[in-house]
Amino acid sequence: MRFYEYESKALFARHGLPLGHSGVADSAVHAREIAHQIGRPVVLKSQVLSGGRMKAGAVKFADTPDEAAQIYDEIFPIIVGGQKARSILVEEKSPIAQEYYVGVTWDGRRKLPVLIFSDMGGIDIEDAAEQHPDHVSKTHFSTILPVSPRIAKEAISATGVTGGALNKLTPIVSKLIDIFLEYDLTLAEINPLVRLEDGRFVVLDGHVDMEAEARDQHKKLLDELGIGPEETRQARPPTDFEIRGAEVDASDHRGVAGNVVEFDGDLGLIIGAGGGSLTLFDAVRSHGGKPANYCEIGGNPSVNKTCELTKLVLSKPGVEKIAVMMNVVSNTRVDIVARGVIKGCIEAGKDPSETIAIFRIPGAWEEEGFKILAKHKVDYCDRSVSMYDAAGRAVAKMKSA
Amino acid sequence: MPGLFIDVKVTDKAAKDSAVVAKLAEVCPVDIFEQEDSGALRIVEANLDECVLCDLCISAAPSNSVEIVKLYE
Amino acid sequence: MSILINSETTFIVQGITGREAVNLTRENLDYGAKIVGGVTPGRAGRDVYGVQVYDCVRDITAKTRVDGSVVCVPPRFTRDAVFEALENGIKLIVVVTERIPRKQVAQMVELANLRGARIIGPNCLGIISPGEAKMGGVGGPAANTKTAYTKGSIGIMSRSGGMTTEIASTLTAAGMGQSTAVSIGGDAIIGTSYAELMPLFEADPQTQAIAIYSEPGGRMEAELAEWTQENNSRLPIVAFMAGRFMDEMPGMRFGHAGTIVEGKADTTAEKIKRMTEAGIAVAERISDIPKMLQERIGEAK
Repeated sequence: MRFYEYESKALFARHGLPLGHSGVADSAVHAREIAHQIGRPVVLKSQVLSGGRMKAGAVKFADTPDEAAQIYDEIFPIIVGGQKARSILVEEKSPIAQEYYVGVTWDGRRKLPVLIFSDMGGIDIEDAAEQHPDHVSKTHFSTILPVSPRIAKEAISATGVTGGALNKLTPIVSKLIDIFLEYDLTLAEINPLVRLEDGRFVVLDGHVDMEAEARDQHKKLLDELGIGPEETRQARPPTDFEIRGAEVDASDHRGVAGNVVEFDGDLGLIIGAGGGSLTLFDAVRSHGGKPANYCEIGGNPSVNKTCELTKLVLSKPGVEKIAVMMNVVSNTRVDIVARGVIKGCIEAGKDPSETIAIFRIPGAWEEEGFKILAKHKVDYCDRSVSMYDAAGRAVAKMKSA
Repeated sequence: MPGLFIDVKVTDKAAKDSAVVAKLAEVCPVDIFEQEDSGALRIVEANLDECVLCDLCISAAPSNSVEIVKLYE
Repeated sequence: MSILINSETTFIVQGITGREAVNLTRENLDYGAKIVGGVTPGRAGRDVYGVQVYDCVRDITAKTRVDGSVVCVPPRFTRDAVFEALENGIKLIVVVTERIPRKQVAQMVELANLRGARIIGPNCLGIISPGEAKMGGVGGPAANTKTAYTKGSIGIMSRSGGMTTEIASTLTAAGMGQSTAVSIGGDAIIGTSYAELMPLFEADPQTQAIAIYSEPGGRMEAELAEWTQENNSRLPIVAFMAGRFMDEMPGMRFGHAGTIVEGKADTTAEKIKRMTEAGIAVAERISDIPKMLQERIGEAK
């Protein structure tokens, strides 16, 4: 879950990382006020959950408060990477002597956190690592030993930084490691961290990602930063359809019937589970089908929950048919899912035999499930029909309809 | 609304025996049986279709007093 | 032979009185597993399908040989449960629990490495050596498990628990049995990756080829590709790659916690390229896997 720059900086500030004077503006008047208070040239930066702000023209400088107000109006409407600006950060502009990069993230192969440091900040760190490997260090560290400043010192020193800069950078970098571990972050990045001409070190831009699984543990921090539980912080904001899908899933603790993502096609999908949904979504598309949605059912959801999800999918304009498909199931029961989708069709005022294009869920309790499907004249198949071919049958029905 | 897939039949005798009803309410994992203040049985119709065919109710009550009917058979 | 577990493997279930754990215990016993005890603090003296429940892992390891543990406790207790198993000398730990923050997973793995132990998972359904034993929920009830899994020569590794069984069922239908199938887990950090299981399959005379299920996110497929090239592996590998649609949707999470496209290396296109270059065959469909394996086993002989 990505933080906005101003939220990342608020987190850094709590831990004493050095930051420039700044304020978050939500109007041109407000931007002028903040620039006036700062009392020197400022930079205005669009607050979006996406990189590429500079390229999009959403970061600009202003010498006077009036100019800041004017630039606010100019950059606020700019869409960056598909994202609208939430607000504009107005921050003091300072003459820079040297830029550094500091990042902490996880290395899934080594299964350890890794500190990445470079004395070539401000640029893309992957490019820097390729072109100037001696200026980029990667230092893995333990998650069970206490964090010690020597990790930061070694990482900085490995890029050739020494003297006063080494000793001033070490505590800043070490604090970033503390923040990374304390808040279950998946990325804590400062790019750039700068030495100003007057010798001070300042965090110019920061980016923090928190692990979604850890949100409950850090509820207090999130509340204080104003990040509500409804904010998914995915690559795009959730649609109403997706929000209703999350409500269906939350309404009943029995099993999963959710993780709904909306697409603009016409074939409704009731699919599962984690890996099976990915496989089936690909299969529908490779047959030329146009899914109306992605979803996941698993963990043996109740009849009611599957029924509600079915009704939700069928409520989407243009969706007349659904395909109900899973991999061979072990703990989810075929009969329970069959009951849920048939009931959902009926409650939506539709005929299950017309609406369910295909039912392909083999496995636990399939004999019982197949009896229910036969009774309601639903087209179903067992494991002898592959996931791919089942998807093909559903798509063929859409084309002939 | 009655169930689309499942119906439950309980003999009058069992439905009025508050000890049997208490047991039914306790064993059912999907809360199909409820005991009213009078001790009598109330079938929660909204939960009928959630029945997982575990047969715990059948073994909890005197033999032949509870029957689970699969409406799709 | 098989890898990781066989009919002699003894194990315990931590969190044995929970709803999922009770099911899993029943299913494993029915399949012939040797479960030598269960742990739920405060519930000592109870039993679950004849398996004695204890307060501490130590109470079991003091009395009998314990080769492994299935950890099936809520996310906020999982790290402690795994530490308890490790500190009592258990060497194979299957972590079923999902939604554990990765810092805690990293801590479990770090301690396991220090203790010379292996973790499978988290967020997995465990291990099955068909006809020998299973450890975890893989395959479900024993009768369903026997329909999908048969003893044979194909090793399976999968980031999806459900797809482990789909692949096994497809192989069984084609007359190809399995040596051991491992649901390795769907998280960004897991105890044992494809490449880390390869030496075990390589050393197992029963195993003649490998089928894997993979998806976007992480570097595990690249690691496998490197391993097979560097070690001149005798085992042909056929991989199925799901989630191809995700290449067009960076930053969106689908399916498992570890399944997200954040950079080019996470995409299916890049993973397919890496694996193909390393001689790993990539199947378009699950139903293509048996034939592709047969061709490659034929070539290897």
